[in-house]
Amino acid sequence: MKPARFDYVRAESIAHAVEALAGAGGDGKVLAGGQSLMPMMNFRLVKPSVLVDINRIPDLDRITQEAGVLRLGALVRHRMTAEDGLVARHIPVLHAAMKHVAHLTVRNRGTFCGSVCHADPAAEMPMMTLLLDGTIHIASPRGDRTMAARDFLVGSLSTALEPDEMVVAVDLAIPEDGTGWAFEEFSRRHGDYALAAIAVLMARADGRMRNVRIAMMGIADTALRFADVEAALEGREGTPAAFDEAAALLQAAIQPNSDLNASADYRRHLAGALARRALAEAWQRTGETTGGAA
Amino acid sequence: MQDQATITLTINGLTYTRAVDARLLLSDFLRHELGLTGTHVGCEHGVCGACTILMDGRSARSCLTLAIQADGATIETVEGLGRMSDLGRVQQAFREHHGLQCGFCTPGFLMTITDMLRHHPLETDDAIREALSGNICRCTGYQHIVDAVRELARERGPLT
Ligand SMILES: Cc1cc2nc3c(=O)[nH]c(=O)nc-3n(C[C@H](O)[C@H](O)[C@H](O)COP(=O)(O)OP(=O)(O)OC[C@H]3O[C@@H](n4cnc5c(N)ncnc54)[C@H](O)[C@@H]3O)c2cc1C
Ligand code: FES
Ligand code: FES
Repeated sequence: MKPARFDYVRAESIAHAVEALAGAGGDGKVLAGGQSLMPMMNFRLVKPSVLVDINRIPDLDRITQEAGVLRLGALVRHRMTAEDGLVARHIPVLHAAMKHVAHLTVRNRGTFCGSVCHADPAAEMPMMTLLLDGTIHIASPRGDRTMAARDFLVGSLSTALEPDEMVVAVDLAIPEDGTGWAFEEFSRRHGDYALAAIAVLMARADGRMRNVRIAMMGIADTALRFADVEAALEGREGTPAAFDEAAALLQAAIQPNSDLNASADYRRHLAGALARRALAEAWQRTGETTGGAA
Repeated sequence: MQDQATITLTINGLTYTRAVDARLLLSDFLRHELGLTGTHVGCEHGVCGACTILMDGRSARSCLTLAIQADGATIETVEGLGRMSDLGRVQQAFREHHGLQCGFCTPGFLMTITDMLRHHPLETDDAIREALSGNICRCTGYQHIVDAVRELARERGPLT
């Protein structure tokens, strides 16, 4: 199938892009890597009247280190995030997660910010943005604003972005030195969307878990953080019993769907198994230096 | 703002200028406007890899790219790899290793592998299989394709 007719704008700048979006009267779409939007347009699930191509806006293809964060511009492709030295050194959990994202050819084009805007409940990037207390930088003709990732990601394929807004970058918090991490995912075939995945960060002080962060995807309408489970682990010793308890809490907290790939029961079982594995692995890694900001 | 435009791009070393609808896919532009039917179209949603081409030196799905986006770009398609009487090295390796049967997926594989050989270390069979995982073949079972790439990677040596 082919896309429906639309007007095409090759944006020269961020200001040009958001003006074009505003001029579309609520019916415009940003085209970044096109790895999710083009399939939806080919199947006419999405029929924008105006398509704003941001691929030639200068300087958006950068990963930079700012105070306590790595900033990923709107044209940072999956391949760049996967191969970037700053990411590997400061946020190894993201480096590990990127290995699971799609295939070589899709990674050449797809963008980190585009994935966060697409908000697929089985995508790695929204989940990692939640885990890393992400901040979304948003531009519109009305001015710039920032928003916490947890407020930005509203539901399946749904965000808090207004029709005249564009995401210009995402900030990811660099975990403090010595933070343990783990990323565990299960998919039917390498590079396919996952059935479920979990990412964990935790520090260790006096032999106990501190500042535990847990994010999962594939288990609800959107990727989720689990504040209650994180709090339940705070100050506990990293023992198999504590990890089993946390896994049971997670299994009770999620609402997985049944689809042609897996039943809800299977996904719940998988979530428990991945959680036990990831918690133990992250605990083991605590104390290792990641070169992150203190 | 426009729903049509004139684009100029380089394909396999030749320069083309054409008027196109904004909504025309690069895959359809290559096949229907230019008659370059070596690029195949299987799924039109990015899953099968049959339509893979190189854009500015990196592999891309031509079914997920608008022709208008390729204005000014350098495109390589399977037609640029060699001719029947004078196969390119990747094509030759496919022939020697029986890397194809029906041939529908082959142009996409050849282009993905061209990107792999230019940019990826390919030190193990696992790495080769992972890099090939975005291209679907219903005939070969992949083993002979992996064999061909392994030989090509060995021939090329480590990336500098
Ligand atoms: C075969 C295949 C396998 C895949 N496997 C995976 C996988 O395993 N894991 C995974 O996470 N993803 C996977 N993907 C999806 C891929 O990661 C996409 O790249 C990503 O979902 C969207 O990024 P994009 O840059 O291509 O965005 P686009 O497709 O260009 O846009 C997606 C949506 O976000 C909006 N948008 C994009 N950028 C902005 C911006 N800066 N501001 C405002 N709105 C914006 C668009 O308007 C659109 O609504 C796969 C895709 C394919 C085709
Ligand atoms: S036709 Fe483009 S990936 Fe299948
Ligand atoms: S050779 Fe027939 S699909 Fe690959």
